[in-house]
Amino acid sequence: MDSSHNGSGARSGAPLIRAEQVSYSIDDTLILREVSLVLHPGEMVGLIGPNGAGKSTLLKVLIGLWRGAEGDIRLIERPLASYTPREVARYVAYVPQTTAVDFAFTVREMVLMGRSPHLGRFEFEGEEDRRIADEAMHKTGVLHLADRFVNTLSGGERQRVFIARALAQQPRILLLDEPTANLDIRHQLDILDMVAGLAGEQGLGVIAAIHDLNLAAHFCGRLILLHEGRVLADDTPDAVLTPQNLSLSFGVEARVYRDPFTQGLRLSISRDGNGHHRAREEATSEGRSGRKPV
Amino acid sequence: MSSALATEGTTRFLLASQPISRRVVVVCGVLALVLVGVMIISAAHGPANIPYADVARLILRGLGFQTGLELPDSQFAIVNQVRLPRILVGALVGAALACSGATMQGIFRNPLADPGIIGVSAGGSLGAVIAISTGLVGESLWMLPLFSFVGAIGATTLVYLLSLVRGQSQPATLLLAGVALNSFLGALISAILLFSNRYPEVQAILSWLIGSLRGRGWAYFFAIVAPVILTTGLLFFFARDMNLLLLGEESAQGLGVNVPRTRFALLALAALSTGAAVSVVGPIGFVGLVVPHMLRLVIGPDYRLLLPASALGGALFLVTTDTVARLILQPAELQVGIITALLGAPFFLYLLYRNRRLIRVL
Repeated sequence: MDSSHNGSGARSGAPLIRAEQVSYSIDDTLILREVSLVLHPGEMVGLIGPNGAGKSTLLKVLIGLWRGAEGDIRLIERPLASYTPREVARYVAYVPQTTAVDFAFTVREMVLMGRSPHLGRFEFEGEEDRRIADEAMHKTGVLHLADRFVNTLSGGERQRVFIARALAQQPRILLLDEPTANLDIRHQLDILDMVAGLAGEQGLGVIAAIHDLNLAAHFCGRLILLHEGRVLADDTPDAVLTPQNLSLSFGVEARVYRDPFTQGLRLSISRDGNGHHRAREEATSEGRSGRKPV
Repeated sequence: MSSALATEGTTRFLLASQPISRRVVVVCGVLALVLVGVMIISAAHGPANIPYADVARLILRGLGFQTGLELPDSQFAIVNQVRLPRILVGALVGAALACSGATMQGIFRNPLADPGIIGVSAGGSLGAVIAISTGLVGESLWMLPLFSFVGAIGATTLVYLLSLVRGQSQPATLLLAGVALNSFLGALISAILLFSNRYPEVQAILSWLIGSLRGRGWAYFFAIVAPVILTTGLLFFFARDMNLLLLGEESAQGLGVNVPRTRFALLALAALSTGAAVSVVGPIGFVGLVVPHMLRLVIGPDYRLLLPASALGGALFLVTTDTVARLILQPAELQVGIITALLGAPFFLYLLYRNRRLIRVL
């Protein structure tokens, strides 16, 4: 596994998303508080933070799935409010957290649905659309599953199919909500490696909510740490994953060091520094299968 | 079990590898041919049997073609005035119920949803029961359908309004509001039945409640042909949106569907379509549930194919069951609603049993 796909430094071009002072509440509970962020083409940004910090909400608000946020969101130089859902879908692909499907669509049918925002109401997918879908399936390594039913696939395969569908949208922005949840370590690495590659090669702007801090640090050039709906830090992994930040947001004691072999950032995490080491772990990416999130 | 899975998979696989436009043409072409065949067979049988070829010629003559064959006027009248309108009303009603059922299953993302789930059948029934028990049916042929249609739409509107949460209708609340209103309306119908002390009235109500195509002539056909074709036609307009709705609200919205607006349009169209059907034949059960479900097993869940196939398949199903209802106890006649339930329910259970691993997935 190589760590060359870091999106840092690829800040060329106009920003894809620019959010300023965005607040959002559900039933009078403030979920997001004055969040500001910018996403540039070619960047892969990791969205991290404890459960309930507002990661999923932020993704949904950023692309207008949930409307009614305060503040200013601009999508590719235009206010988000001026887009119809269909127009948003031509620029932004969103892969939700749960990807369960109870109906027997084939993988190809599912991926072709990604072409919907580009088709007229009574227009069937043409040769070009089928080619784009095949290419998306090839990129995510599911072309050999094209005629299988989506509901018979494993979690990792299904996740890839959903990312293929997102790619078939030919978006400029890709938003992923926990793309590696419930996957084994090998599939977590495969998927993040693939997404980071797409950001680097095609200039996609990617924001991925990621639970696993080591994975986030490894694949993302920039991390945004959310805490109680606020942006606590927005910078390179080294600058974000400090013991202070992790203590404040997650309530854990962390040691941060360079892996002597890969030179990558590594976290060693224990619960509140009160001597309890039950939850302690050497949280290297290689040794984490089957553990609870930090 | 695994062999059943394999069979279903293969059946569908043969079609699934083709582009959707070709699959629509092939599947709908076959269904349309079978439907025409069943219509001719149905029109030929009854107290007086008429050869199939003559039926075809009679239909052509009715359409104004020269057939070069002189048939007795009595036969022409039997086919043209009695059997044909009944068959066509059955076809329209079957199409409306099956398409509405498929639509409901999309809105609720549940293959077991039925058009009646949003109160449309119970509301239509209450309207009809009121019309019968107050004696208003005697005033005009149109009193019963009118009351029924108003009841159907009224009940659905009420269910929709009850389900609004922060201005949006959520499927879960919609379902619960529908269940509650259905049992409330059912209680009112029972009360009216119990307080009714005239036997013919009770008989008429029970007969209506099970659903029948008996004696439905051209007037009924012309009353529902426009609303049914219009509403089902407009449902086709949302076929791809319904595919995306199956993926979940967020995925659908992420792919450009305006979910609240689409959901409202689909509910309104399905309610109007079912309301029109129920108002002339009563709440015939099972068509909206069974037909789309059977079709999904064979042709898959893509609504661009499923909706037109459901329209044709629903018509086929109801024309066939009504033919059985007419002929099975000759010279007596059963209500078609009894046949759809008596034949439909065990067949449905058989499908579920055979595909019990597919229940969740289809």
